Amino acid sequence: MFFLRLLERFAIGWNRSRFHPIANARTGDAGSRGTSRPADSSRTGCALAGVSSALAAVLIAATAWAADLQTLVTNLTTGGFGDRETAIGALAASGDARAAPILEALGAGQLYVRKSDNAVVIGRPDGNQLALTDAITGKSAGAGNEAELDRVRVNNRLRGVIEAAVGSLTLMSPDPRVRRDAADSLFKRPDPAALTALDAAVAAEKDARIKAAFTEARAAVVLVSDATKQQKLEALEIVRERGNRDALSVLQAAINSASDPEIKAAATAAAASVRQTLAAWEAAQNVWYGISLGSVLLLAAIGLAITFGTMGVINMAHGEMVMLGAYTTFVVQDIIRTSAPHLFDASLVIALPLAFVVAGLVGIAIERGIIRFLYGRPLDTLLATWGLSLVLQQAVRSIFGPSNREVGAPSFMSGAFQVGQITVTYGRLWIVVFSLVVFAALILVLRKTPLGLYMRAVTQNRPMASTMGIRTPRVDALTFGLGSGIAGLAGVALSQIDNVSPNLGQGYIIDSFMVVVFGGVGNLFGTLVGATALGIVNKFLEPYAGAVLGKILVLVFIILFIQRRPRGLFALKGRSVE
Amino acid sequence: MITRFLWQGMGRNLRLGVLFVLAIGIILPLLNQLMPASSALYVPAWVLQLIGKYLSFASLALAVDLVWGFCGILTLGHAAFFALGGYCMGMYLMRQIGSRGQYGNPLLPDFMVFLNYKELPWFWHGFDQFWFAAIMIVAVPSLLALALGWFAFRSRVTGVYLSIITQAMTFALMLAFFRNDMGLGGNNGMTDFKDILGFSVQADSTRAALCFASALVLAIFLVIAGAVVGSRFGKALTAVRDAESRMRFLGYRVEGYKLFVFVLSAAMAGVAGALYVPQVGIINPSEFSPGNSIEAVLWVAVGGRGTLIGPVIGAVAVNFGKTWLTGALPEVWLFALGALFIAVTLFLPRGIVGLWAQIRNRDTARKAKVPA
Repeated sequence: MFFLRLLERFAIGWNRSRFHPIANARTGDAGSRGTSRPADSSRTGCALAGVSSALAAVLIAATAWAADLQTLVTNLTTGGFGDRETAIGALAASGDARAAPILEALGAGQLYVRKSDNAVVIGRPDGNQLALTDAITGKSAGAGNEAELDRVRVNNRLRGVIEAAVGSLTLMSPDPRVRRDAADSLFKRPDPAALTALDAAVAAEKDARIKAAFTEARAAVVLVSDATKQQKLEALEIVRERGNRDALSVLQAAINSASDPEIKAAATAAAASVRQTLAAWEAAQNVWYGISLGSVLLLAAIGLAITFGTMGVINMAHGEMVMLGAYTTFVVQDIIRTSAPHLFDASLVIALPLAFVVAGLVGIAIERGIIRFLYGRPLDTLLATWGLSLVLQQAVRSIFGPSNREVGAPSFMSGAFQVGQITVTYGRLWIVVFSLVVFAALILVLRKTPLGLYMRAVTQNRPMASTMGIRTPRVDALTFGLGSGIAGLAGVALSQIDNVSPNLGQGYIIDSFMVVVFGGVGNLFGTLVGATALGIVNKFLEPYAGAVLGKILVLVFIILFIQRRPRGLFALKGRSVE
Repeated sequence: MITRFLWQGMGRNLRLGVLFVLAIGIILPLLNQLMPASSALYVPAWVLQLIGKYLSFASLALAVDLVWGFCGILTLGHAAFFALGGYCMGMYLMRQIGSRGQYGNPLLPDFMVFLNYKELPWFWHGFDQFWFAAIMIVAVPSLLALALGWFAFRSRVTGVYLSIITQAMTFALMLAFFRNDMGLGGNNGMTDFKDILGFSVQADSTRAALCFASALVLAIFLVIAGAVVGSRFGKALTAVRDAESRMRFLGYRVEGYKLFVFVLSAAMAGVAGALYVPQVGIINPSEFSPGNSIEAVLWVAVGGRGTLIGPVIGAVAVNFGKTWLTGALPEVWLFALGALFIAVTLFLPRGIVGLWAQIRNRDTARKAKVPA
């Protein structure tokens, strides 16, 4: 008991120093303080006393359990399978946090008895030996091999028992994620035996979300138990509100097993309502995927919206600018991997300006070298830039090889989170954000900078702009460079979701033209709307028609659409049209 | 009398071209058939196959030139009509295999047995007859061109927009034909052909006959195109190319002119494709890829847009270069092709045929300068 006192004192001292520095000065019999304290003392003191005695109680109980755990665990390793089942039940009923890993190890066949000292240990494979931990204290117990150990055997029936036991045990785990998982697994496989454990868990839970999960799991358990009709109807209501696929399967099971017609009817109604919720979420999911696809289309098309939309240049090498951006990312990551691995997470941020500059310079070179001789001959431009795209592809193939190049995702782009029933991956989310940022930046450049002003002037009336002293050839080169540079930025983003290969750009060129033409040539907002609309339409068609047929339908739709509105969704009006 | 009319309607260059094509198509197969293999004049069958292929490409180029050179419609989807004709021919050839396929099914082609088809899809019926296949080779591309053209020209989709539409069409068709559910062989396409009209496609004599047929068809197409272009209709067509709005204001139904020439051109491309398939022995969806259509446009640009003999020269020259370069220096081929695109558009806007005129003009200009 001396040990306990010491612990208690330590705990109180800690409490005092945290909450009540004055109390730190007092010493004395900590156990009696709760009762012997004068009535005029401060409220804090009272509360403190309460905490301390509660702590003491917990600690005493813990020692008692520790002793119990020893026997409970030893019981696990003795006797036949029948005895073992009882022992598992007893261990689970103890509610000890340490029981869960022991049971899990038992289920996985990793619980052993060491022959030398009969200690129960958990052995995890470590090379060709086993790394041992003491099952009860959780401390390392050296290493050993199979010959020095006796495996505690289980059969399939016991594994089922263990699984259920672990499920209800982890309800009390200090780790919120484990509790949550336990609730979910109980919801999916409701076990009437877990009802009391669940009741206790619901009562003890502080976290509102996990409490809700426990309540739902309890409802699922109630449905399979022999509870009263009223309880079951209430449970149905709770399950209905959960409204996801698991809830639907629980309700389906309830419909199949229900003997009472009223419960059956209620379950059927609840299932129908859940199906409706599911359909709504599915639609929301499609919208999200559509927005995600739309953002990719927007990124690929937005540079084209400048070169084709405002300059009227058919740049078939646009896709290759995207490819150059992606390869710039690859080169940046390659250098970072070999010389500065700690910068890897920043690799994309470093690659962005570089890709913009590389693609932009190549674009300016193309404009100065080829396109400026072909103004007024759009169809010839098309052929020349197509030839250029072949050259660029082959050049990249010769330099980097024909195979796909590995571009890694920085940590902020990997992983996913849950919104309702939609899984949102960070990578996709960032690409959506990035595309909108690029779009907004482009609008700003066009509207608020001198360069943007010149661009618009040259687009709208070239001779007049020239008369006003604008150097139109320079503006042409810069405009083309800007469009190409944005394609390079798109390449950085697309390197995250597509294979970085010499053919990367080709896959986007037709889609990009479709987006620009659909949205209305010369109208950036048209491009935004066009990309999002096409993305969403594509994703809504996919479940019914399949990915390929969906795409074909979209293409046919655009072909027909151009017949109706040859100038796109938002056509420019006025002189610049012809 | 009609032939006489046609003959006189052609220019001197075109007449020479037709004769030359026919001479190639007659002499080379004859040399293959009549000369012993040891003779220096013997033409091996693979050469005939290659030349037959070039000639069918030349027909495709002529078809592209008819719409692009004379009507100003830059089509980026003519390979689709070519491939559709090829698929019709492929279906006929598949039906001719009969029970000699891997699975020995007398009715179903191998890929259908493989994909667990129980019966022939409806659109395969009739393709066991050559006459039916021949009608389809012309009809399928024509109908597609008619539908696309009717919609597009009526709503006055022109220039770049039309190019993009045609490209989207061939891209959509490529995706569609890649699907196994289409019942047209999926991404493997159709191959392992045995017979055409009862003759083995592998035999030298069949190769010679196919080479001759390709030359004959090309010659006929040159005559037809010459007649169309040389007629009053052709003059109106050129006027549509150069000043569409003015033609409209003058009261011409511009859509009709465009539609006619577009459908004619598609039918020609279809026939060219049908001749191409038995000579290369395979048809698959990659024939629809947008790059192929653009390459066909390049042949026209290289040879000389708006001339009839130019596309033929361009198609043969570029494809000869392709055969040679992909064999000798495969790395360089795409560089060369890309550079050719750029060089032709920048420096040879009128192609090889126009080069002569370009040089002569420069000469006369220089001569004109000297006295002054």
